[in-house]
Amino acid sequence: MPYPFGLRRFHFGKGSRQWGGPRKTAVLRRFESYSLHSSPPATRRSYPSIGGSLWLKTFTLSHFFYKLKLGFTSQGGFVSQLPLLPVRAPNLTMQCAQIQINYYYVGLWTGHDFHSQFPSFATCSKELKECSGHVFVDSVPEFCLPETELIDLSTVDVILISNYHCMMALPYITEHTGFTGTVYATEPTVQIGRLLMEELVNFIERVPKAQSASLWKNKDIQRLLPSPLKDAVEVSTWRRCYTMQEVNSALSKIQLVGYSQKIELFGAVQVTPLSSGYALGSSNWIIQSHYEKVSYVSGSSLLTTHPQPMDQASLKNSDVLVLTGLTQIPTANPDGMVGEFCSNLALTVRNGGNVLVPCYPSGVIYDLLECLYQYIDSAGLSNIPFYFISPVANSSLEFSQIFAEWLCHNKQTKVYLPEPPFPHAELIQTNKLKHYPSLHGDFSSDFRQPCVVFTGHPSLRFGDVVHFMELWGKSSLNTVIFTEPDFSYLEALAPYQPLAMKCIYCPIDTRLNFIQVSKLLKEVQPLHVVCPEQYTQPPPAQSHRMDLMIDCQPPAMSYRRAEVLALPFKRRYEKIEIMPELADSLVPMEIKPGISLATVSAVLHTKDNKHVLQPPPRPTQPTGGKKRKRASDDIPDCKVLKPLLSGSIPVEQFVQALEKHGFSDIKVEDTAKGHIVLLQEAETLIQIEEDSTHIICDNDEMLRVRLRDLVLKFLQKF
Amino acid sequence: MPPARPDTEYPGGRGHASSGHSLAPSAGSPAFWRDARRALGRVPPSVPAKIRQVARPGAGPEAAEGRGAGISSLIMDPECSQLLPALCSVLADPRQPVADDTCLEKLLDWFKTITEAGSSLLLLQENPCLLGLLCHVLKPQDLSPRVLSFSLRLAGMLAAQEDCFQYLQQGELLPRLFGEAGPLGGAAWTAPSVRSGWIQGLRSLARHPSALCFLADCGAVDTIFSLQGDSSLFVASAAGQLLVHILGLSLQGPAEGHPGLQTGDWPVCAQKIVSHIEESLRSAATPQITQALNVLTTTFGHCHDPWTQVLWGRLSPLVACLLEKDPVPAAHSLVDLLLSVARSPVLSSSSSGLWETLAQTLSHLSPTQAGPLALGILKLQECPQVLRAQAFAVLLQPLTCVLEATAQAPGLLDSLDGTGGASVTVDTLLPSKAACVGLLCRTLAHLELLQPLPQRPSPWPQAPLLGATVTILRLCSGSATPTSDAGGHLCAFLVGCVRVQRAALDFLGTLSQGTGPRELVTQVFAVLLEYLTSPDSSPTVLKKAFQATFRWLQSSPETPGCSDLDPHAHLFLRELLPVLPKRLCSPCWEVRDSGLEFLTQMIGRWGGQAGFRRALLASEVPELTEQLLRDPESYVRASAVAAMGQLSSQGLRVTPASPEHPGGQQKSLLAELLHILSTDSEGFPRRAVMHVFTQWLRDGHADVAGDTERFVARVLQVASQDLDWEVRAQGLELALVFLEQTLGRPSSHCPYAVTPPVAAPPSSLAQALRPLCRVQLFEFAFRALFDCDRPVAQKSCDLLLFLRAQTASYGGPQGSGSVPEVASVEAALQRWQAGDQGQPLGYLEPEVVVAVLRSMDLEGLRGALAESSDRVEKSPQSLLQDVLATVGALGEDEADCY
Repeated sequence: MPYPFGLRRFHFGKGSRQWGGPRKTAVLRRFESYSLHSSPPATRRSYPSIGGSLWLKTFTLSHFFYKLKLGFTSQGGFVSQLPLLPVRAPNLTMQCAQIQINYYYVGLWTGHDFHSQFPSFATCSKELKECSGHVFVDSVPEFCLPETELIDLSTVDVILISNYHCMMALPYITEHTGFTGTVYATEPTVQIGRLLMEELVNFIERVPKAQSASLWKNKDIQRLLPSPLKDAVEVSTWRRCYTMQEVNSALSKIQLVGYSQKIELFGAVQVTPLSSGYALGSSNWIIQSHYEKVSYVSGSSLLTTHPQPMDQASLKNSDVLVLTGLTQIPTANPDGMVGEFCSNLALTVRNGGNVLVPCYPSGVIYDLLECLYQYIDSAGLSNIPFYFISPVANSSLEFSQIFAEWLCHNKQTKVYLPEPPFPHAELIQTNKLKHYPSLHGDFSSDFRQPCVVFTGHPSLRFGDVVHFMELWGKSSLNTVIFTEPDFSYLEALAPYQPLAMKCIYCPIDTRLNFIQVSKLLKEVQPLHVVCPEQYTQPPPAQSHRMDLMIDCQPPAMSYRRAEVLALPFKRRYEKIEIMPELADSLVPMEIKPGISLATVSAVLHTKDNKHVLQPPPRPTQPTGGKKRKRASDDIPDCKVLKPLLSGSIPVEQFVQALEKHGFSDIKVEDTAKGHIVLLQEAETLIQIEEDSTHIICDNDEMLRVRLRDLVLKFLQKF
Repeated sequence: MPPARPDTEYPGGRGHASSGHSLAPSAGSPAFWRDARRALGRVPPSVPAKIRQVARPGAGPEAAEGRGAGISSLIMDPECSQLLPALCSVLADPRQPVADDTCLEKLLDWFKTITEAGSSLLLLQENPCLLGLLCHVLKPQDLSPRVLSFSLRLAGMLAAQEDCFQYLQQGELLPRLFGEAGPLGGAAWTAPSVRSGWIQGLRSLARHPSALCFLADCGAVDTIFSLQGDSSLFVASAAGQLLVHILGLSLQGPAEGHPGLQTGDWPVCAQKIVSHIEESLRSAATPQITQALNVLTTTFGHCHDPWTQVLWGRLSPLVACLLEKDPVPAAHSLVDLLLSVARSPVLSSSSSGLWETLAQTLSHLSPTQAGPLALGILKLQECPQVLRAQAFAVLLQPLTCVLEATAQAPGLLDSLDGTGGASVTVDTLLPSKAACVGLLCRTLAHLELLQPLPQRPSPWPQAPLLGATVTILRLCSGSATPTSDAGGHLCAFLVGCVRVQRAALDFLGTLSQGTGPRELVTQVFAVLLEYLTSPDSSPTVLKKAFQATFRWLQSSPETPGCSDLDPHAHLFLRELLPVLPKRLCSPCWEVRDSGLEFLTQMIGRWGGQAGFRRALLASEVPELTEQLLRDPESYVRASAVAAMGQLSSQGLRVTPASPEHPGGQQKSLLAELLHILSTDSEGFPRRAVMHVFTQWLRDGHADVAGDTERFVARVLQVASQDLDWEVRAQGLELALVFLEQTLGRPSSHCPYAVTPPVAAPPSSLAQALRPLCRVQLFEFAFRALFDCDRPVAQKSCDLLLFLRAQTASYGGPQGSGSVPEVASVEAALQRWQAGDQGQPLGYLEPEVVVAVLRSMDLEGLRGALAESSDRVEKSPQSLLQDVLATVGALGEDEADCY
C-alpha cells in the first residue's frame, strides 16, 4: 500500500518511560485566557516536570595490564526505573551506570485540602500548588543526574555516544564529576545534540525563576506527599539546568568519528561506530579485542528512512550483543500513527481549529514535515500555514540539509541534483512553512489562524508550547497532538486541566520492535544476547502479549538495576607478535604430523596491551669490571636452556634395555598413572608416568645418571 | 487468381474483400448501409495484415468480444491451398525460423477445424505439401523444436481419422514420427515443447482401435509412463492425461455391458496401465504415488462408465494402504482422488467401502490436509450423516482450539467439540506462525464457502462460529486475553496478521446472514468498531471491516412498526460516525475510498430513515465528502461523486457557509458535477458523474426536474466530447431514460408487467419528438452510431431502433426521404462515417429525424456491430500470409514498418 509519505520508511521518536498510554481526548473546561501579543514571555504557573529518559551507561573493561574504562550514552530501557548494569567477566569487566535526567515529578493529588490533612506541610505550602485535584511542585525545573553510586566517573576513560537524544546529560558528567576521558560521537550527533541542549537552556533561561523548591525534598515530608511525588527517587541529587557555557565546554571534549572508523583504545580494544538507522548520525558500537567481539545496539531502526540504513552485517559474529533502546510503544505502528496524525490534523484545520504539535526541534519533525508536504495538497490544506517555533528552528532545518553523507541513498542522490534532500526547503520557499526563534517578534505579525504549530518542549513544562496551550486550550475546535513517545501525555497535560481542546496521542517511535528484533537476531546470530529484564517478559499491563518480548535462542541474559552480570567470555590466549629477525631464527621440528615445535628464547616486551617477542640481546663480552657489572644489570640473565624432552617411554623396551645394561631382577608394576620399574637388587625405583619420570635411588648418583641416560635415549630432545 | 468468393462466405482475407469498395454509394440507399456495415470493421483495407494483427491486442472493448469468434472457414479454400506449399517450405526450412509460435498454434486450430469438418485424407491428398512437411521433419537436421512439435501435433490430428491413419501407416510415417526412430531418441527430445508435441499428437491420434494397436506396437505407453515424471510440469500433466485417455479408449468397447468384468479380461494396454498404477501406488517414492493418484483422479472425474467401478474395486485396497503410512504420502492428491471417487455417481452408489475410507482418511490426515477433504465431503449431495458430522468436526477443530485457548464459556464449546482431534489441531496450530496462519485462513475460507450452501450442516453452529471469529479478530488486534500458554502463543502469532484479519472479516460478514445471541452481536459490533477505529488497521483490512459492518447493519432487525435501524445498531452507528471523518481524511487513498463506498451504501440503504439522517447530519461527514470531490486521487473523486449523488438524492447535502465560501455562496452540486464531467482529467470521476446524472434523471431529482431539457442538453453536449467510451455509453443510457420519459416506456420489455401510467401520447409525432430535438439527442445518438468504440455504437443503434419502433407506433408522415433536409442529413452522416465528424447537424426537425431513421438499415448495422471487429484478420488466409510475411517469404512487405 503506497502510503503517501512512505510511512514504513519513517523513523523518528525516541524513548518513553512507559508502554504507551490510552489514547483519549481530554476533559473539557474553560481555561484562563492568555493574550499572546501583549504578555511578556513569562510562564505564569509552575511547570513541574516529568521524567525524561536520558541515560548514560558506562562500561569498564579490565583487561590484562591496563584498566580501561569506557562509557556509553544510550537510551536505557523502556520503563522509568532503568536498571543499572554492572557486568563482570573473567577478563572483561563492564559496568554500566545510568545517567537520568529527570524533570521533577508531577504529583497526582487526590485530596483537595492537603493543608488540613498534612498540617506539617505548612512550611512548604509555597512550594506545592494544586490544580484540578493534582499537586505540583512550583519551582525552577530540575533534572535528575546520572547515577554515580556504582561508578566513579572520574575513572572513566571513554564515553561513546549513540545518538543525539542520549547526550543531554553530558555537561553534568564532563563538568562536574572529574571526568577526564574522551567522548566519541558522530558529527550530526554533536551538532543536533548541541541544538537540543541549546533549546533546553534557552527555554529555561528565558523564564528565570528565583525559587528552587527544596523543602518538599525533605524525606520526612516527601514520604507523606501523595504519589507520585512520594515515589520520586534521589530527589536530593536533582540539579538545575546547565548553562550554555557548560554545554560548549562539554561539547569541546567530544572527538568526532565516522561510521566504520576503527578507534584503537590503548591497544586493549578497538571500538567502531556503525549506522543504526534511527536518526542522523545515530550509532551502534562494536567493541572488539583480538578474541572477543561485543556489539552494543542502542536506538536502531530497520525502517528505510532518511538516515543511512542500519548496518546489520557488521554486527555478525558477535560473542555478546547488548541490546537496548527498543521502541517504547511496541503496540503502535509508526505507519498507523502518522496516518492518525494527518487525519486528526486535517479534521481540526478543516473545522477552523488550530493544531499544536509539541515536539523536539529535530528528528520527528523532519519526517512529519515530509509527510505533510505530500499530504497537504491531497487534503486540501494548501492554504493552511505551518509554523515551526524554536530558538534553533532555523539551524535545525538547515543542518538537516547539509549532512548529506549521513542520509539514506535516496536523499544522498538528491544532493547531486539541484534540489535539497528534505522537502521542507520547498515548503519554506513557498511560504507554507515558516519558522521563528520565538513567538515574539515577526511571528506575532505573521500569525494567522487556523494554523499548525510545531514547538517545544514536549513535556509542556517550558518553552513556547506553554503559551499555545494557554491560548488554545479553552476551545474545543483546537487539537494538541502528541507525537513524542518520551512523555506521558496525561501527565504532561495535568497542570493545564481543565482543558477544552482535543488531545490526540500519536506516539511515533521507529525504533526496533520485538518482531524486528527477532528478525535482527536471526540475521546477526550473536552467541549471547544481553538485555534489560523488561525486554524478556511481556509488559505488566498486557501480560498475555507474548509477542511483546524478546524470543531468542539461547535465551537472552537479562539484567536488572544494580545487578552484576558475568559475561560468558572464556579468554585462554593472548596474541603475541614475534619480531621478524627472531622468527627467522626459529627452527620448527615436526613432532607429530601437522604439529611442529620450536623453542624460542626472547624478551617479552609489553606496551599498550601489545605484546612483542624481541630477540634477546647478545651477551656482551666481559671487557672490564665496571662495564661487566653494568651489562649484567640491564640485560636479563640469558642462561643456556636445557633441551626440552618429548615422547613416551615404552616400558617393555625400557626393561629390555635395562637388562641389556646388566640390570636383573627387574619387576614392573602397573599404577594408575603409569608404571613402576623396580630394580630390586639396586633398591631403586623408576616411576614412569605420562608427563614425568622419577628415578629414586639411595645416594647412588652414578646409578641415577646411568639410569637417566637410559631413559633419555627413549625421548626426543629439541 | 482463383475466382473471388462472396463476402458473406469469406469475409475478407488480407484486404482482398473490401479493398475494391468505394464508400460513396448514393446516400440513403441500402448499399450505403451495407457499406457502412463493412466499414464498421474500422480497419482500413489497405493496412497490411501484419500491422492489423499487431494492432489487435489494444483494440479496445471489442477485442475481448472478438476472441471467441474463431476462424470462420471450415473448408480449405483455394487461396489457402495456394499459400500452403509456401508455408510448408518455410516451416521445413531451418534457416527461416518462425519467430512467433502463436502463429503455429493458430495454424493448428485451423487444421483442427478443417479436420473436424471434413476428411483428413482428402486434405492430405489435395495438399501433398503437408505430407512432405511431415516427412521432411524426420530428416536429421537442425530444425526448430517448435516446428517439430507442430508437425507431431499435426500428424496426430490428421491420424485421428482411421482412414487417414491407415494412409499414413502405409508410408510408415507414424512409427517414424512417434516411435523409437523418431524424435524420441534424438537430441530434439530434450526440448520440452517436442515432448509436449509428441504427447499431444498421440492424444489426438488415439481415437480408434487401430491407434491402440499402434500405441502398443511402438511402445509408446512405456514412454508415457516415464514422461509422467518429466521435469516440465506441462509435459508431466499431459502425460497423465494421455494415460487416462488411452485407458478410457481401450475400455470403451469391451467393458460396456459387462459391469462385472474382471480386470484380468481387460485389453493388454489397459492392463499394462493398471499394473503401472498399482506399482506406483505400492512405491515408496511420493512422486510416483502422486502420479498414480492424479491419473486415477482424472479417470474417475471424467469417466463414469461401469469399468471405473471395477478399477476402483481393484485399487481401493492399495489406496487404503497409503493411509496406514505415517505421514500419509501425497496427501493432497489422495484427498483429490477420494473426492473425485465420492463425486462419481457410479462409485459413490456402490458398496465399495468408500465412506469408511473417507472417514479413515479424515482421522488420519493432519488438520491442514483434512480441511479440503472435509469441505469436499460436506459439499456432497449424498453422504452418510455420520461422515458429514465427522467432516464438520474436522473443519471446526481449529476454531475450537481458538475458543479453548481463550477459555470461552463452555456452552459455546459443546456444539463444536466432540472430536478427539483437538490436540492434533493444537499441535498443528502452535509450532510455527506460518502453519497457524495458514490453517486458520483455510478454515475460515472453507466455512465461508460452506455457509451459503443448501447442504451445509444443520444445525449450523452460528453462535460458536461468531464467538470464534470475534475471538480470532481480537487475537489479531491484541485485545483478547488468552488464559493458557497455547492462547499466549496463538496471540503472539496472530497479532497484526493481516491475512487472518481479512479472512476473519470476510467470514464475519458472511455470518451476518444468520442470527446470533444478542450479546454476541454486541461483541461483533464492538470488534468491528475496534477495527474501524484502530490506526493500525491496514487499508485492505479496513475495507473488509467496512464491508462486514455494512452486512451486519443490513441484517440487524428493524424496529417493529417503522423501518428504522434497531436501537442496537443505532448505538453502533453513533459511535461509528465520528470515526468516519477521520477515515475520510486518511493520507491513504484506499482508506478514503473504502470510507466513501461504505458511506454511499449506508445512505442508499438508510438515507430515508430519520435516526440515520439526524446522526449523519450532526457529523462532519457530508461536508468532508463534498471536499473529497477535489481529492487528488481519481478513484476517491469517483467515490465522492457517487456518495454526493446519494446524499443529494436523499436531501442530506448540507449547504452551510463554509470558511472558503463566506456568505453561503456555494456552488450547486449540479454545477460542481458538471464541472467535473467537463474538466476532470481521469475517466473514473466522469463516469461516476454520468451514473449520478442518470440516476437523478430517473428519480426526478429536484435539481433536474426544474429544467430537465436544459439538464439533458448540457450533459449530452459534454458527454459527446468525452474521450472515455464509457462516459459516452453512459450518455446514451441517460438519453434512453430521457427518451422513455418523453415517449413512454417500451411496452415489449415484459409482457406480463403492469404497464406504468404513461404520459398521454402527444397529439402528433412531431410534438413528441420536439423535446428530443431540442436537447440535440439525435445528434448525440448519430455521432455515437459511428463511434470508434463498438459498445457505444451498439448502444446507440439499440437506442435508435427503440426510437424508430416508438415513432412507428405513432404513425406520422411517411416517405419524407425526398425532403431536401433529409438528404443533407444523410450526407452529413456519411461524412461522419468517413471519419469527418467536425460538422454539426444543428437543430433537426422531428420529421427529418423520422425520415432519416426510417431510411437507415439499423438492423443490418446492429448485425455488423455484433460481429467481432477482428473477424477480417482472423481468416486463415490472413494467418497464412502473416506467417509467410514474418519470414519474408512473400517478398512484398520488405518496406513494412512492423
